[in-house]
Amino acid sequence: MKKLESQFVYLDHAATTSVDKRVKKTMDPFYTTNFGNPSSLYASGLFSKRAIDKSRKIVADFFHTNSYNIYFTGGGTESINMAIFGVVKKHAKSGKHLITSKIEHEAVLSSMKRLEKEDFEVTYLDVDVDGFVSLNDLKKAIRPDTVLISVMYANNEIGTVEPIAEIGRLILKHRKDNNTIYPIFHTDACQATNYLDMDVEKLHVDLMSTNGSKIYAAKGVGVLFKRKEIKIEPLFYGGGQESGLRSGTEDVPAIVGLGKALEIITEEREAEIKRLVGLRQYFWDKLQEKIAKIRLNGPCLDDLKTRLPNNLNVTFLDIEGEALLLYLDAVNIMCSTGSACTSLSLDPSHVLTACGLPYEYSHGSLRFTLGKENNKKQIDYVMEHLPRIVEKLRKISPVNLAYDPNKNNHPKIHQR
Amino acid sequence: MNTANTNQAKIRDNQGNAWVYSNIVKDHFFNPRNILFSGEEDEYEADATGRVGSPACGDEMVLWLKIDPKTEKIKDCKWQTFGCGSAIASTSMLSVMLTENDGLTIDEALKIKPQDIMGRLGGLPNRKIHCSVLGDKALQSAINDWFRKTGQHKCVSTAGSKVIDKELNITDHDIEEAVLEGAKTLEEVQNKLKVGASSPDSIPEIEQLIRFYSEKYYGESYF
Repeated sequence: MKKLESQFVYLDHAATTSVDKRVKKTMDPFYTTNFGNPSSLYASGLFSKRAIDKSRKIVADFFHTNSYNIYFTGGGTESINMAIFGVVKKHAKSGKHLITSKIEHEAVLSSMKRLEKEDFEVTYLDVDVDGFVSLNDLKKAIRPDTVLISVMYANNEIGTVEPIAEIGRLILKHRKDNNTIYPIFHTDACQATNYLDMDVEKLHVDLMSTNGSKIYAAKGVGVLFKRKEIKIEPLFYGGGQESGLRSGTEDVPAIVGLGKALEIITEEREAEIKRLVGLRQYFWDKLQEKIAKIRLNGPCLDDLKTRLPNNLNVTFLDIEGEALLLYLDAVNIMCSTGSACTSLSLDPSHVLTACGLPYEYSHGSLRFTLGKENNKKQIDYVMEHLPRIVEKLRKISPVNLAYDPNKNNHPKIHQR
Repeated sequence: MNTANTNQAKIRDNQGNAWVYSNIVKDHFFNPRNILFSGEEDEYEADATGRVGSPACGDEMVLWLKIDPKTEKIKDCKWQTFGCGSAIASTSMLSVMLTENDGLTIDEALKIKPQDIMGRLGGLPNRKIHCSVLGDKALQSAINDWFRKTGQHKCVSTAGSKVIDKELNITDHDIEEAVLEGAKTLEEVQNKLKVGASSPDSIPEIEQLIRFYSEKYYGESYF
């Protein structure tokens, strides 16, 4: 067996990333030496405050906006909750209709579900077979009482890049034609930050969420971009940090690290995207060569504008994803699955289902998301094991699905 | 590659609770016993077969039994499973329990409860209990198949289901399973259930159930 430099092959960067060593280096002093509370007036406090301001400027530059539009939060989920609940708390009087897509992250979907219990009405937009929201559907869904639209920038499971700029323009036009400030537009950009253009002026978004844990910075730190003219209510109250919108002592090291992570992205993004696309293609070619009966889920791999460069989502027919995942884990390969067995509800991935994939194909799906540490040698290592594992699990499986989902004559739903 | 971690398969549930399969579950998952490899089904010449679940719901199991007609002891048991780690381990353990110490009689086998399989596995995480239930159902289904093949229609287990044909002990659940296996007409259902003509009184109800389940499972197109 080939020797690997690293003990593990980590192919789950959409779940979270490691902290880049350079990022960690900038964070370290703020834990032990310069630990002052940024709200304190003495030197150490001011030092912390300046560090946050510097980081805020980096984020603002990265988003092509002003520092006063940037709010640090406790993570992606918090930013998203702050955007959604912040808007509806402030603007419920103007309308109680919200629009989102069926393939959003749980942070958005669960928030929407909660609001439905409070008499808000939510339209969940369908997506096509590759996960794209239709502009026409969205246009038709907008009503006079629609206060908020939230559509993700890039999908975490299948890497679909939604047409955020087009949606933004459509909303601007609607507002202008109807002389209204609604609907307000939020995008969850947590998966997009590493690879896509985050220029809020080009995207025409009012609110945008991202976080540190997907960009080689710390977990538990996030960013909410909010245009100055959009008013929202805070989620919690206290010392009035972050212009009163996010009270609570700032996580200075994490915020500093997030700034550094964005600087690294700016410097290295172009080359890294190229490298990841090449690596992903190498992986997909090998998979197709070595393993029969597999299907690519999500948009085609060739168009960088429509699919994240690091995402590969594949269904292995006739076997179940959790079994596959555990066999891979046993040889220290890490990835994730859309199988029901890893979800509490015992329903398979809502994203794959929304794309029209039958349950039995979702159950056999694996998501590989590549990142900085991955290289060809690691993919070769995966390919030493994966075909063998797939063959073994297929040998013990009574299922023999047709490649074309329409040709399967077995039940679509089965209730016990 | 370091092999020390081979038996440390771990995943977490959505609430962030870590859970780990027991060593016995892992052993049966990574080294399943008594498998009938796909492609070898016909050669095996089983006396009884039980199939439950569906790939759409995330697990499907097939259990094949060889049974001594005189003693009604299970001489051999083979299986195939499409499913997660605990589904595979549960079926493997069930096959061991059925055949160890010269094999259980059918009566003994019918007394196996999902809890017994779980106990032998050293427990399953709460969310995975349904996997052991499925093994139990596969066994019941295989033994029902044996009863039908040997004309013991009265013995066919009907627990929890409504008996449609009293003569042949056919339940709504049997019809559901037959439809799930592809039967679309009364004749096909009768073929699946290995029974001759049903009593005329029950035919309209059987036909109605066939329509009901066909619509339920095949009525909607996904694409």
